[in-house]
Amino acid sequence: MANDDAPFCPPVAADAFAIKDCALLTIATGKKATTLKELQNHLSTIDPDSIYLHVWGSQLESQFEVREYNNHFASWARRGLHDDTLAERLAMVAPNEYADLEELRQEFLEVIAERLEEKEYLHWVLATEPFEFIRSTIVVFDTAKRVEQPEELIDLIPHLSTSSIFYHFIDARRRLPINQDDFRYWLTCWGDRYAELNHHLAAIDPYFNGLTTIRQQLANAFERYCPRKSP
Amino acid sequence: MSILEQYAQIVGDDVIDQLQQLAKPLRGKSVVHVNSTKLGGGVAEILTKLVPLMQELELNTDWQVITGDEPFFHCTKGMHNALQGNQVPLSQGLLEHYEEVNRQNAERLRSHLVDADFVFIHDPQPAPQLSLCPDRQGHWIWRCHIDASHPYRPVWKFLRPFIEPYEASIFSLPAFAQALPHPEYIISPSIDPLSDKNIDLPQEEIREVLGQFQIDPDRPLVVQVSRFDRFKDPVGVIRAYKMATKFHPDLQLVLAGGSADDDPEGALVLQEVKAEANHDPDIHILLLPPDANRTINALQRAADIVMQKSTREGFGLTVTEAMWKGKPVIGGDTGGIRLQVVNYHTGFLVNTPEGAALRIRYLLNQPDKMAEFGHKAQEFVRENFLLTRHLREYMTLMVLLLHGGGDRLELT
Repeated sequence: MANDDAPFCPPVAADAFAIKDCALLTIATGKKATTLKELQNHLSTIDPDSIYLHVWGSQLESQFEVREYNNHFASWARRGLHDDTLAERLAMVAPNEYADLEELRQEFLEVIAERLEEKEYLHWVLATEPFEFIRSTIVVFDTAKRVEQPEELIDLIPHLSTSSIFYHFIDARRRLPINQDDFRYWLTCWGDRYAELNHHLAAIDPYFNGLTTIRQQLANAFERYCPRKSP
Repeated sequence: MSILEQYAQIVGDDVIDQLQQLAKPLRGKSVVHVNSTKLGGGVAEILTKLVPLMQELELNTDWQVITGDEPFFHCTKGMHNALQGNQVPLSQGLLEHYEEVNRQNAERLRSHLVDADFVFIHDPQPAPQLSLCPDRQGHWIWRCHIDASHPYRPVWKFLRPFIEPYEASIFSLPAFAQALPHPEYIISPSIDPLSDKNIDLPQEEIREVLGQFQIDPDRPLVVQVSRFDRFKDPVGVIRAYKMATKFHPDLQLVLAGGSADDDPEGALVLQEVKAEANHDPDIHILLLPPDANRTINALQRAADIVMQKSTREGFGLTVTEAMWKGKPVIGGDTGGIRLQVVNYHTGFLVNTPEGAALRIRYLLNQPDKMAEFGHKAQEFVRENFLLTRHLREYMTLMVLLLHGGGDRLELT
């Protein structure tokens, strides 16, 4: 654990951590499903950006209670098709376990195909509300804030916008090696010095909590495992 | 205090910082919004504050309004209803008049539009302006505030050629969009918390307004604010009220209708509403002028429950306004109301006057629930439906178009 006062020189040349922010826009695709079979057909060809939004988009939505299902497909299985079995299985597809969106697409298709084989009536039963496929586009901008040492993030993280948290903690998983986020990726430049912090950051589940909660969990991890330098 | 500083007090500094970051690549760009009325209706209300806010972020922003005569607005009202699915046949003569009025407006507006970097055309009224500006230079976006998911086909067939050439269109919900040969962005509308319609009011002012209309401040009050339009189902609201009064005889109802400049149908519906009310002294039918914003604000704040029992709705900004004031909302299970009213959290979605009456009874019997719903509703609006979020998405779209679109853009 880091607790000395002198600035630590990382073993790997580390650039300053650039705090970025992002804004997402939603785009209609014109595709919608009113049966599970239609969902399967569209899902097999839909733009990967659409899968991304339907898996992670609920992170950017307001929540009134603990999220029951973590992606739009699972929510629709429950609320549109009223098939709890399918909803539970789709909800357990964890996007951070797949190398890319194509692998993730195949896993969703696998779950749906299995369910269609189990219950033939699901081929034709009409949902009480359609599933509207949408996709997203993202604009990332630089806030011009730079962090030289991990300790500086202790005070900064509680003030980051939730969209900045989205960019660094969730969107990063699309840009970096499997199951990484920007914070952990940057901390590895210091070798094992922040290994405990890294371990606790890895334990934060990006899937179950809203962005405000994730921001608090990140802040808590930095506060506890990345102690401030003495004044 | 600048408008941005005032907003920062409501939404937080991080939201304003984000707007300033997004505005950087747009500074100095010229933006023109075009719609059909300066007063009345949700579009005008949004533009009233959106335009100065964009100006404060150093975007060279202008707002132009097309003008027209009574037949023109009769035609555009018909188009509005037709896009929402009502079978409104429009005569060939009326459609030709619509095009002619747009040509006349283009003569006046062309100099404002052809050189603009971004032109936002709001709703069908000014839609032909693009085809009337063949020398246009900038990015043209059609902003549809209406649920156009199931339009009356002959009218959509007429309008579609005017809309297809736009670079992009914006709809309020995915379900509202029509298949078009350009990207269709989804951006919810918003309210302005600093406007006369939404700003905090002193209790004395609220009581004064109630006194002005002989409304008893000590008895429960249900309020619906909307134009006298069949899609808003004011008659259904009165029926719900009548059913609820069997259990809450002291209940009062306000139906406050603002008549927009482009709404000639309102008088007919008003007659039907008065007939249904049948001189009940506790039903207050108020026909307010378009600028009666503080009065509407006071009525919403005085309400115990706000209704928006629409059978078809674009987004339903009156729902957002009521939620911002901490009121539970009973809304029709349609359109954008579904996005805002969450059963047992911010209010109830209903399909019939009976359903509305049931929920009025439920809420009046549980004051704690009303307070809880109201608190959640206000925070929901703060996060999702204030003008700052709306502006952020407009600017995100503008930045994207400036850089040629695409799925991902990293600004340096």
